[in-house]
Amino acid sequence: MTNAAASVSVNAPAGENKSRLSRIISGLAARLVIIIPYCWLLFFFLVPFVIVFKISLSQTAISMPPYMPTLDLGGGISGLLGSLKELSFDNYLWLTEDALYFNAYVSSVVIAGISTVLTLLVGYPIAYGMARAPASLRPTLLMLVILPFWTSFLIRVYAWIGILKPEGLLNQFLIGVGVVSEPLIILNTYTAIFIGIVYSYLPFMVLPLYSTLEKMDNSLIEAANDLGCPPISAFWKITFPLSLPGVIAGCLLVFIPAVGEFVIPDLLGGSQTLMIGRTLWNEFFNNRDWPVASAVATILLLVLVIPIVLFQHAQAKAQEQDR
Amino acid sequence: MNTTWSRFNITSIVLGFAFLYLPIVLLVIFSFNASKLVTVWGGFSTKWYASLFQNQGLMDAAWVTIRVALVSASVATVLGTLAALVLTRYTRFRGRVLFTGMVFAPLVMPEVITGLSLLLLFVAVGLDRGFLTVTLAHITFSMCFVAVVVQSRLLTFDRSLEEAAMDLGAPPVKTFFQITLPVIAPAVISGWMLAFTLSLDDLVIASFASGPGATTLPMKIYSQVRLGVTPEINAACTILIAIVAVGVIAASIVNKQREVQRRRDEQAAQRA
Repeated sequence: MTNAAASVSVNAPAGENKSRLSRIISGLAARLVIIIPYCWLLFFFLVPFVIVFKISLSQTAISMPPYMPTLDLGGGISGLLGSLKELSFDNYLWLTEDALYFNAYVSSVVIAGISTVLTLLVGYPIAYGMARAPASLRPTLLMLVILPFWTSFLIRVYAWIGILKPEGLLNQFLIGVGVVSEPLIILNTYTAIFIGIVYSYLPFMVLPLYSTLEKMDNSLIEAANDLGCPPISAFWKITFPLSLPGVIAGCLLVFIPAVGEFVIPDLLGGSQTLMIGRTLWNEFFNNRDWPVASAVATILLLVLVIPIVLFQHAQAKAQEQDR
Repeated sequence: MNTTWSRFNITSIVLGFAFLYLPIVLLVIFSFNASKLVTVWGGFSTKWYASLFQNQGLMDAAWVTIRVALVSASVATVLGTLAALVLTRYTRFRGRVLFTGMVFAPLVMPEVITGLSLLLLFVAVGLDRGFLTVTLAHITFSMCFVAVVVQSRLLTFDRSLEEAAMDLGAPPVKTFFQITLPVIAPAVISGWMLAFTLSLDDLVIASFASGPGATTLPMKIYSQVRLGVTPEINAACTILIAIVAVGVIAASIVNKQREVQRRRDEQAAQRA
């Protein structure tokens, strides 16, 4: 001990220079750790939204890129101001004039809302059963829930086409068993979209539910049971309220992306169903109307701002608790 | 909690997993169907796999997809790990609220919005659409998933090890590479794998960000699916599923062995 102390004091003058240099280096490194991901996200996540908003105020033009005025930073401030004068809210007016867009927003929110509730109803018993499973089984069960999430979204949606088709496997089975005599029409209806969303987003619901249910203190339920509380009312009075953070996180994880979903309505919903993600896709890829597509995206973002802020808040709170 | 694994719990788990896995199992089974009709069984055959490997367009797309996934997952892992460090270690700096927002928002942002906004950015800065733009787009959204995975590991990280290293005079950068990184390595690796599969799977963002010559496999599959279900697509999907399943299961086995080894070491250390 004394030896170590002596050697430190002897080395101190030489070490001071070195430590100043290393302090500068590590200070720089610390700053870089923040700056690199910060700048990346600013440039590739935030700036693009500003551009989307700007182009939503432009006019469609037959050119490449197909809108006027283009973002010209070469013209200096006067050029920028000049192009600002050409901006207009025509695209937004257009969105209000055509009922198609309004209906698409409303039906997307309604479909996503119903699907979220259905996913919760399907996911809660699974998460509950997993949290009650023997501790040795839980990691395997957890992996089994995560595994489909790793397989392609597109493939999982595609798999349902073969099942839900009029001559598909579900109808073959139902007719074979004798439940129905005529094939059910499920593909290309809203029912197919519900099935697709519940199926694809189920892991997003089960994982946060499981993590809150697993952490739950079981002695509370035992106490309730000892005091004569029947299991079902113990569930509603204790388990469910305590699992609310998981319920909220799961619902937001399902609801927000489901509102803007494209693949599921496109492959399972057919041409008759209306969802805003598909409207945006069609404006962009089929009509090549970039400004209107940008306006659709801007409004969609406004619709989703509140749930997204709620989601951030829930994440931040969960992080504080883990700390 | 072991006492109350009732019949209800077992039933809900069995039904739940049947719902999750039955469609995938059916898809795999019908990839071996001899009949061209996807839903009518016509005997066992592997001919769709043979015709798959002769489909040059599909093979080219697969090659593009793998390259994009390798590059984007690697860059996203570095950036995502940095972001996770910022989230857990730098609790006070200007713009932290904006930063956490930018990390968490892409997790739930509808893909059509992310795709469109990135495309408009690439057009605005005059970047030609192709391999590079798809890769940049994939880095951006998958780095946020990496950040969340690594962050959850960092939150449970015992910082006394780092403090000990710094007390002994190791500079922070060296401490990170010699102490922190080895401990969080499993989370970093699973973050990389997640980024890799996210990139492998993505259809919507790739469709916006890609240009001629950089058609990815999901884009190719999508355009064929729109024309109808074919056993060849089933075969392509089965191969993708097999790759992912083998990767994930292998990783979890390696993880488990490492965990067992770690526990054994700890016990040995306690005994000594």
